[in-house]
Amino acid sequence: MKLKSLALAAALAAAGTCAMLGTAPAFAQQKEQFFPVLVYRTGAYAPNGVPFANGYVDYLKYVNAKGGINGVKIVYEECETAYATDKGVECYERLKGKYGGATVFQPLSTGITFALTEKAPGDKIPLITSGYGRADSADGMVFKWNFPLLGTYWTAADILVQHIGKKEGGLDKLKGKKIALVYHDSPYGKEPIPMLQELSKLYGYDLQLLPVTHPGVEQKATWLQVRQTRPDYVFLWGWGVMNSAALKEAVATGYPRDKMYGVWWSGAEPDVKDVGMAAKGYHALAMQHGPEPNSKIVKDILQVVHGKGQGTGPKEEVGQVLYMRGLIAAMMGVEGVKRAQERFGKGKVMTGEEVRWGLENLALDQKKLDALGFAGVMRPVSTSCADHMGAGYARIETWDGAKWEVGNEWYEADQSVIKPLVKTSADKYAAEKKQARRTPEDCQS
Amino acid sequence: MLYRENGQFKTSYRSDQQIFPIAQDRYLVLALIAFAFIGVPLLAPEYLFRAILIPFLILSLAALGLNLLVGYCGQISLGTGGFMAVGAYAAYNLFVRIDGMPAVAAIVLGGVFATVVGVLFGIPSLRIKGLYLAVATLAAQFFCDWAFLRIKWLTGNSASGSVSVADLSLLGWKIDSPADKYLFCLGFVVLFALVAKNLVRSHIGREWMAIRDMDVAAAVIGIRPVYAKLTAFAVSSFFVGVAGALWGFVHLGSWEPAAFNIDRSFQLLFMIIIGGLGSIMGSFFGAAFIVVLPIFLDNLPYLFGIPIDTALAAHMTFMIFGTLIVFFLVVEPHGLARLWSIGKEKLRLWPFPH
Repeated sequence: MKLKSLALAAALAAAGTCAMLGTAPAFAQQKEQFFPVLVYRTGAYAPNGVPFANGYVDYLKYVNAKGGINGVKIVYEECETAYATDKGVECYERLKGKYGGATVFQPLSTGITFALTEKAPGDKIPLITSGYGRADSADGMVFKWNFPLLGTYWTAADILVQHIGKKEGGLDKLKGKKIALVYHDSPYGKEPIPMLQELSKLYGYDLQLLPVTHPGVEQKATWLQVRQTRPDYVFLWGWGVMNSAALKEAVATGYPRDKMYGVWWSGAEPDVKDVGMAAKGYHALAMQHGPEPNSKIVKDILQVVHGKGQGTGPKEEVGQVLYMRGLIAAMMGVEGVKRAQERFGKGKVMTGEEVRWGLENLALDQKKLDALGFAGVMRPVSTSCADHMGAGYARIETWDGAKWEVGNEWYEADQSVIKPLVKTSADKYAAEKKQARRTPEDCQS
Repeated sequence: MLYRENGQFKTSYRSDQQIFPIAQDRYLVLALIAFAFIGVPLLAPEYLFRAILIPFLILSLAALGLNLLVGYCGQISLGTGGFMAVGAYAAYNLFVRIDGMPAVAAIVLGGVFATVVGVLFGIPSLRIKGLYLAVATLAAQFFCDWAFLRIKWLTGNSASGSVSVADLSLLGWKIDSPADKYLFCLGFVVLFALVAKNLVRSHIGREWMAIRDMDVAAAVIGIRPVYAKLTAFAVSSFFVGVAGALWGFVHLGSWEPAAFNIDRSFQLLFMIIIGGLGSIMGSFFGAAFIVVLPIFLDNLPYLFGIPIDTALAAHMTFMIFGTLIVFFLVVEPHGLARLWSIGKEKLRLWPFPH
């Protein structure tokens, strides 16, 4: 009897699977632009993944409420990656063909970016990795489908070094100083290392590498090393719970927080909230924007999206750092579609290939940003065939115990150091893949 | 009715000892393999290949390898992820550093490297037994994790520790499309499953099982524990290493050490426990259960068109999946393979049970 019911259940499950596989590709081709949304709302990185996802989805809702992209409505679907590469790949495969084809993927994970970089060219879907991903993918002549818009880890590393150089009274004063990099032991945390090593050769500081294993809750040993060597500065390259754990350990070891500098993924509210006043004085990079609760776009979203009860997350979090980053990421994707429409036909649904052109020829000047409501949130970005990053600016923000205070001074990454490194690394990648650099003719397409 | 062996007379030892003594079984399996080779590539959509079938096949292979060690020889190992990593990174280094290295040769040699490492870490098994061995093999996992994170030479000096391969081909056949990749993996899996089945029916397999059931008694009847245990580690690590290389080369294309972390070891161990220890078929059932079921559960809300919060869906998947594991282990502690064989026994008598 038991076996019979089991067999029945198995048969039902099998039938269900078949039904699922049968219906999956059968979506009608509608006049809708499909934005797949890879998110992580669960797991060790959820505290940071959730606000980003909320901002991303809210902006898509906002565009729809405003009438879509020149009349083309946006349709989106979320998929949970839990920050795991294999799940991310599964999500990518699941979403890439739905609703007539995905517009652009933004995985918000450097590990997933590495895996998708291999797949995107074959499927002709662009990847936006705004502020993360492969640093060498700024070279659009090799990485045709990757767009690390607004910044990479190498620009971040360079700006941090510039800032402490300035603080010390000149980059030449860095000689003999000790800098420790406390990093997430994954492609994400390792990415800035070559840049920091290159700069240490240039300026003569000592670089100490202190890896922290996933998920970064246990950092006692790392901070014991910090305590022993007493570095002049600590750079924090963490994500998720690792950031607040690092700050707590810094408090416990008595390392001065104002000597700690986080990358732009270690400088959001969830990272410092639990530590509160104890984290006072901790600095982090602000990738263009900080928390922007008073910007026009945030007010618009509160009114148009949250005002109608359509908001994705809690209302209080609208305008926070990671929310804004998700918002900007979605905005750049949408602007890529808009730019593509200018060339391939207004009010039409764009394919991934056409959006790629749009992203490569993105020209967001101040006037456009003002019109979009992003005045004061970010600086103009313009990309080209050779430069897929667009702009490499950042500011320094400081936690005052209750909120992030963004400094006034803008830093721009020193391209004379970064460019050669990007080119060498991209060439190495191209050689490994036996793939030639793109020709100028290819840039026209 | 259909599943009767009336009239199937075994007139020789050979026919009595074949893999599938019942004709219906034989034809069914042959038809299944033929369908997998011919029908599936024609019918399946891309998503099915890339997200379900390829991971399922590769992890089945790894589970098969682990099952030889744990299920047949009784040596519990938690180093599987590490051995997969050795296979993947050895294959990567051979493929990238030696010009003109064929992909298949690199993958198989990756398995050979994993064998060497596996035997090395298998040596403690001569002194340590049971759960203590599981803890000892954890060392293999941690050592491999450490090596691939820290020794830059092993990961091609890449900044992020992430490596990638491209342009797989086999004797002029470019393995590019999802269907090609699927067939490539399927070829490996069918071949290795056949080897495994024959190994466990041969004297080596019988030695393993004797060691598993009672090692003192096995030693008394003349089985050398050193030889039996180390061969089990060797063969198992080879299978696992090849699976690791396939996971990197074919499934991910670009990977980092985290792809083979301790979670992978546990996942594989759970696969064989749920699928059935000491059963070739069980490795496949277990892999299907662990790989396919969560994806199916994830898709369920969309299937019925119920828009459900992503976080909630992810939590629900975990909960239902956990409940199902408990349910199956309660219903049949010996795994899904045991359920399968009970089902077959009953079918042989149906519709006249006695």
